[in-house]
Amino acid sequence: MAAPWASLRLVAPMWNGRIRGIHRLGGAVAPEGNQKKKRTILQLLTNYFYDVEALRDYLLQREMYKVHEKNRSFTWLEKQHGPYGAGAFFILKQGGAVKFRDKEWIRPDKYGHFSQEFWNFCVVPVEAVDASDCDINYEGLDNLLLLKELQSLSLQRCSHVDDWCLSRLYPLADSLQELSLAGCPRVSERGLACLHHLRNLRRLDISDLPAVSNPGLTQILVEEMLPNCEVVGVDWAEGLKSGPEEQPQDTASPVPA
Amino acid sequence: MIRRVLPHDLGRGLLTRRPGTRRGGFSLDWDGKVSEIKKKIKSILPGRSCDLLQDTSHLPPEHSDVVIVGGGVLGLSVAYWLKKLESRRGAIRVLVVERDHTYSQASTGLSVGGICQQFSLPENIQLSLFSASFLRNINEYLAVVDAPPLDLRFSPSGYLLLASEKDAAAMESNVKVQRQVGAKISLMSPDQLRNKFPWINTEGVALASYGMEDEGWFDPWCLLQGLRRKVQSLGVLFCQGEVTRFVSSSQRMLTTDDKAVVLKRIHKVHVKMDCSLEYQPVECAIVVNAAGAWSAQIAALAGIGEGPPGTLQGTKLPVEPRKRQCKPCPHLSLQQEEPDPANLEVDHDFFQDNVWPHLALRIPAFETLKVQSAWAGYYDYNTFDQNGVVGPHPLVANMYFATGFSGHGLQQAPGVGRAVAEMILKGRFQTIDLSPFLFTRFYLGEKIQENNII
Repeated sequence: MAAPWASLRLVAPMWNGRIRGIHRLGGAVAPEGNQKKKRTILQLLTNYFYDVEALRDYLLQREMYKVHEKNRSFTWLEKQHGPYGAGAFFILKQGGAVKFRDKEWIRPDKYGHFSQEFWNFCVVPVEAVDASDCDINYEGLDNLLLLKELQSLSLQRCSHVDDWCLSRLYPLADSLQELSLAGCPRVSERGLACLHHLRNLRRLDISDLPAVSNPGLTQILVEEMLPNCEVVGVDWAEGLKSGPEEQPQDTASPVPA
Repeated sequence: MIRRVLPHDLGRGLLTRRPGTRRGGFSLDWDGKVSEIKKKIKSILPGRSCDLLQDTSHLPPEHSDVVIVGGGVLGLSVAYWLKKLESRRGAIRVLVVERDHTYSQASTGLSVGGICQQFSLPENIQLSLFSASFLRNINEYLAVVDAPPLDLRFSPSGYLLLASEKDAAAMESNVKVQRQVGAKISLMSPDQLRNKFPWINTEGVALASYGMEDEGWFDPWCLLQGLRRKVQSLGVLFCQGEVTRFVSSSQRMLTTDDKAVVLKRIHKVHVKMDCSLEYQPVECAIVVNAAGAWSAQIAALAGIGEGPPGTLQGTKLPVEPRKRQCKPCPHLSLQQEEPDPANLEVDHDFFQDNVWPHLALRIPAFETLKVQSAWAGYYDYNTFDQNGVVGPHPLVANMYFATGFSGHGLQQAPGVGRAVAEMILKGRFQTIDLSPFLFTRFYLGEKIQENNII
């Protein structure tokens, strides 16, 4: 559609007297160019070369594909070892920790290896899951929701958990008692509003949610929505403006007598 | 190599003439002169259109494979899927013609932005389900390199429908169909309803259906901008103009049972520029009518409906702009006359007299409700059966419709866009079968009514 040599086209604005500009575009990156400069040059190249744009698009698609791969459904494992085994394997593979009822926590080590003993007792329901810093997304919840008798779930700092995922947690309403969403960058007050299905929740941690616009007000609304639940993490006075004469007394260092 | 050297030299040549050869008179607009010369040289360089005589860059191109009339969410969705499903990169040239780039009267921007799967027709449910998954993964579908991710501000709150005794059976069968197709709807008795939502007055309610997932509302403007951005990065051309004429040719043909029928084919689309008489005839292969509330005018330009009434030639496109939904509705008695769709004025009394009493009855806390603000928008209302028109016209062979959704166009746009793109590129519906939504049903009289209670 465009002229075949369009990808090699060098655009005029660079040669307004500064001939050096062309050489910079030619790809010779200065050896001391740090990470930030490299990204800017690649971005610059993307604006002028279709090939660079296609390459960056491909890299972006590959990143997204990797997350999808991690969140695929383990239907075969579910048939072989039952829902609890498949769900536990999913969490452990992602890097989270799992606790079966009356057993100890199973955690993968820093290389990602975990003990395979749990296959022996995978008829025992899973009680608690710690999925902090994992890449669980909406599709991955398919596997998590296999754990029907889950009591405690921690999704701290999960970057792919968003409002859609929260709307999917309602099947765990009967058993879930503890939920932690601290530090999830995509959770907003709209997602927190659909936690009203979780009637048995006793402890909810919603601290440090950057996407929530008014944390103090959200805390109050969530407390109203779930009257039996202890909502942790946000000080309701955070949203209130303090007067200029107020000093933060409690953070002052102890004055020597 | 030569190309690199040429501007380089010229640059050098121009600039070396500068110092000291002539004194005085150089301060007159030197920068302006340099930019003029640069522009001229840029136009000579290969890869640029050479418009030395007349600058036509504000006009749409003279040729385009597909012309989409209407740049709202449906038109952009068709453009997006055409580009996504084309067999080779750059295979299809698409032009989107939109009359108003501010979208001041377009239904998309003025829409509430709700998405709901509680329909009675399986096709509608499938379209909504697909749209929900599209919106969920919008940052994968509409990802543009270096652009910030889209925040649709989706509230996954779900829709709650209440049914009285006589509608309870219909609601149950609808929910059965919805669950079969894959929507997650839960049925509640009045006791369960009171338990869950104690602020509702359950008097007269026999059954309630509540959408558990994929239902709620989002920001339609964000979707529109995201689609625009992505579609522009994929190479679709935009033009601000109005379609004033179709140049077409007709051919008299015989059907299998020897009846004469006139088939038309559109060859050119005249696009008139804003606030001027200038127009550009765009030669095209396919025209997609996604003009929303004004689709009937576009169809009339193509000659659809010019014929004796009761024949296929005489069947008009029954889409008109309306400001209020008027489906037979047992709860709200809407015997009042329709509001005048000539403008987008809001009738504030309508809410006070007709809607508020019912709201206050159902939810006692709303008795002290006060309206803060209101706005109006058009429905592309299908007067025949209030469902969309999708697919080609039987007589005008290269006009495809994607319009007439009467209030649920926004929530079905991704699915419909994909269906129309499949129809154009492959000749049939592949993923969701929308054959009940073809134009021929207006002539055959086959209404596909949504018998859901909303």
